[in-house]
Amino acid sequence: MSASAGLHVSNLRFAYSAEGFRVHVPQLELAAGKALALAGPSGAGKSTLLRLLTGLLTPTAGKVSLGTAQMDTMTHEARRAFRLQHIGLVFQDFALLDYLTVTENILLPHQFRGTADAAVRTKMLDLTQRLHIDRYLDQRVSHLSQGERQRVAVARALVHEPQFVFADEPTASLDPARGRIVVDMLLEDARKRGACLVMVTHDPNLLPLFDQTVRMEDLATA
Amino acid sequence: MKAAFHLAARYVMRHRIQSALLAGALGLVFALPLCLRVLIEHAQQELRARAAATPQIVGTRGSALDLMMTALYFKRENLLPLPFGALTELRHNHSATAIPLHVRYQAQSAPIVGTELEYFPFRGLHLAAGKQLSRLGDCVVGAALAKKRGLQPGGHIFSTPEQAFDMAGVYPLKMRVTGVLTPNGTPDDEALFVDLKTAWLIEGRSHGHDDLQKDASVVLKKKEGNLIGNAAVRMFNEVTDANIASFHFHGDVSTYPISAVLLLPQSAKAEALLAGQFARSKEQQLIRPRDEMEALLTQLVRLEGFAASALLLTATAALLVTALVFALSFRLRQREFATLEDVGVSRFSLISVKVLEVLIVGLAAAVIGLLLFQFSSLAAPYLLRWAL
Repeated sequence: MSASAGLHVSNLRFAYSAEGFRVHVPQLELAAGKALALAGPSGAGKSTLLRLLTGLLTPTAGKVSLGTAQMDTMTHEARRAFRLQHIGLVFQDFALLDYLTVTENILLPHQFRGTADAAVRTKMLDLTQRLHIDRYLDQRVSHLSQGERQRVAVARALVHEPQFVFADEPTASLDPARGRIVVDMLLEDARKRGACLVMVTHDPNLLPLFDQTVRMEDLATA
Repeated sequence: MKAAFHLAARYVMRHRIQSALLAGALGLVFALPLCLRVLIEHAQQELRARAAATPQIVGTRGSALDLMMTALYFKRENLLPLPFGALTELRHNHSATAIPLHVRYQAQSAPIVGTELEYFPFRGLHLAAGKQLSRLGDCVVGAALAKKRGLQPGGHIFSTPEQAFDMAGVYPLKMRVTGVLTPNGTPDDEALFVDLKTAWLIEGRSHGHDDLQKDASVVLKKKEGNLIGNAAVRMFNEVTDANIASFHFHGDVSTYPISAVLLLPQSAKAEALLAGQFARSKEQQLIRPRDEMEALLTQLVRLEGFAASALLLTATAALLVTALVFALSFRLRQREFATLEDVGVSRFSLISVKVLEVLIVGLAAAVIGLLLFQFSSLAAPYLLRWAL
């Protein structure tokens, strides 16, 4: 995958209001197949930066490129379409639909893309086996534990083999061993497929596993 | 669109009880005006047909509606009775066939209709089983009543006393069922028919008892050549071949009561003359059921208009409440829709999910409404009979 397939940020600025919380990222590069950890204390803006990178928030100024897609200039609808096709998201609160089964939640992006075919289902089975949630496939997610729900969210983010994976503290609800399995899987998947992985984490033990680390407190002084 | 439908259907199924309640309430609200129309249309047809088949009715002056309901639907309205002598006078006239009706008592909640044999061919009633009334104490039963109560020729049925605890009142009469009538789809199917004399027997105007001449022990005293019995005299509550001779009437039969007389004029001229004759009468009235029924139906249609307006308001309120329910539901599920947005689901798909949820509930409401409508169409005859 070429360098243009990676993530590029330059002079990114964002403020919720004139006097409110601000984020400023002068420069950020992440090549395809590489993993970046966003670290920092609570309230430092990790999640906000993640939302800016994925197009869920529109920057006040600056550029965000995901591959050849210029996120800061795209319309809301174009960003949605891009996310559906090329981005895998793991949310802090899992963002699963309680009335759907594990299978239905994982295949949700594919359902809306109209690509939930046999190959995708095979991929889903593989992912759920690796995440040890394959025995819950027909259960509603409301019946699962927090850790199991988190793993379902990870499977949903990866099943459509996105070019960019963004994870907001995916190990927060998991014990260290399970957390490590999830992080290893995210890293392995990104490297194997040449995808970019950006992960927010509080855990300093995980940082050495990533190719790059951005500390939010450093950005704030940048 | 398939994914949106799948999501909407899954949400509705997950909350199936709430959705069913909402759909049921909506279906009911929309079906009610239609059901009301069906019921009223059926009532109009049936009431008109019964009224049209009865040219004229004579009764004592008073409520024309009560007289019509008594003569056509065997309702025990508060009518002053007509003396039997009035029937004799009408028959002297020779311009119409006169059929008496006496409706006062019941047997197992069915009206006992005292009449004469002309009534049966007039209403197109034939015997499906058994034979016609042949002696005092006999009865023939309508098809529906026979089926409901398991009555057949050779069986018996008791008349119901007006007041169960009135020891001085008349005793229930054990009547012999001689025949079962063919159905004609009218209140005749639910009635029990007896001869006028049997109706008077039930009323206590005639009776049968032990022969006082044969048994001196039951004689209380002799007065002006008549024997007066004591309390030991056995009163018969069933007419049999052995005791029929002991039944006798007291008083002047021409003063005995009848509820109404059905008049079947021989010509339009006779009909007009009879109407004119009774218009001058202060004690009796002659009504044309067709006219009375039209007046009643006009009121009914006017009432339907009021009911329809009320139901329309209710339907509007129900629609607004449903809109509010959906709006609140979508607001409560903002996080869920935000998730879908974050994942990348398009605005069109999100709107489709919401619209499809409304449509699924709406479709379920339509199905429920249609079922209720069908049910009301099927149940209309029974409901009308029950109401009347």
